[in-house]
Amino acid sequence: MTQLKSDSPLVASPQPRLLRALTMLTALGFAGCLVLGLLVAGTDIQQGQVQRIFYIHMPAFFGAFTAFGATVLGGLVYLWRGSEAWDRIALAGVEVGLAFALINLLTGAIWARPIWNTWWTWDPRLTSAAVMCLTYAAYLMLRAGIENPGRRRSLMSVYGIFAFVSVLLTLFIIRIVPDTIHPVIVGASPQNAQGSFEATSGVLLALLPSMILWLTVMPITLMWHRYRLALRQEAVDALKLKALGG
Amino acid sequence: MKTPFVAAVRAIVSKDLRAEWRSRELVSAMALFSLLTVLVFSFALELDKSAREAVISGVLWVSLIFASLLGFNRSLSLEHDQGSLDALLLAPVSRSALFVGKLLGNFTFTMLVALMLLPLMTALYGVNLLDGWALLTTVVGVFGFSAIGTLLATLAVQTRSREALLPIALLPVCLPFLLTAVRATKGILGGAPQSEWQVWLQLLATITSIYMVLCLLLYRFVLEE
Repeated sequence: MTQLKSDSPLVASPQPRLLRALTMLTALGFAGCLVLGLLVAGTDIQQGQVQRIFYIHMPAFFGAFTAFGATVLGGLVYLWRGSEAWDRIALAGVEVGLAFALINLLTGAIWARPIWNTWWTWDPRLTSAAVMCLTYAAYLMLRAGIENPGRRRSLMSVYGIFAFVSVLLTLFIIRIVPDTIHPVIVGASPQNAQGSFEATSGVLLALLPSMILWLTVMPITLMWHRYRLALRQEAVDALKLKALGG
Repeated sequence: MKTPFVAAVRAIVSKDLRAEWRSRELVSAMALFSLLTVLVFSFALELDKSAREAVISGVLWVSLIFASLLGFNRSLSLEHDQGSLDALLLAPVSRSALFVGKLLGNFTFTMLVALMLLPLMTALYGVNLLDGWALLTTVVGVFGFSAIGTLLATLAVQTRSREALLPIALLPVCLPFLLTAVRATKGILGGAPQSEWQVWLQLLATITSIYMVLCLLLYRFVLEE
């Protein structure tokens, strides 16, 4: 194996200090939130231990919201300015957001099994959350299907903006379609909500730090790492082209 | 000098309509496909008297959206394959005129299919779909998903496996139309008071307007440079 020269594009540039700090903060914050949610917060009187999954379930959705929001922003700025950096941000937003959205779905299903007595039900909010995941999976498929990099960037910017409709739909669907059994934590739950609980001070103590972490630090850190990965992928592609071209 | 907006739109629409009038390929394929979809649903869901009231509007809209997928794909891949999209881009025509022209063509074809389905389903299932409000809902809904469909079809023809990708791209983004249109149609069919389903029609019109504005703004980025 040949040794890579330090100026080769395959050698990653050292991580900026801020990124290292953010990575540390994410790891420590996640551990801290787990302690708060699993040990400090009291056990729910009706639901028991399974209610604790909520400290990850709801923050994960809002993390996805931040990441998909970054995709919209990246798309808009890319179309306006044409700088590739914003397209990388948009792609990072989709991948990170999709991971968060899947965590959200999965934790929801685990919670629903004992509380609703089923893993899944075709409730409006559950359906729209699933559609949201599929929309962004479609984004990745479409993206892989466009060969010209310039075309790919502008087409996917447009699709990223439209895909956000599914996020907004998930957020607001229980206001437009009231026949849901999904509990609402902010504001009054629909009357047929099953398994809702009050946001008491104990719940908020564990929920708020977790919300802030998942909404801001965690998606930004992950997207930054994904952005750097995209840079290296582009470097590899450029090298491949050069090797093929002789 | 640019061709005036209306003249450009008219030229594109009349081109599409004339091509369709001569070949009669698109609408007949869409009509046949939507018929088959309705039949498949009838068998699969065993649409009898008790079941149909609740699901009939869903069957109508899903059949329409499926049929329109066929049309959008065909309408844009014809332009793409024969290089006429490039020619249109070279012509001194504004990008939004191009979009509105293609949209009106697609809207007309899908509407023709809808106008065939409405009386047919009225006869088949013994519900009254030939109502002014139901027709209005159909027009607004079909217009809305024709707008986003035209944009996404333009996007999809530029991908490697385009026929497969349009449904994947379009169906999730179409969901707001499906949701509101089905609710409105269901209310109208069930004979509910206007106050109950009117809000769905208003929501549908709002979503259609938002999508239309977004499509007009973003269409030029979807076209090849």
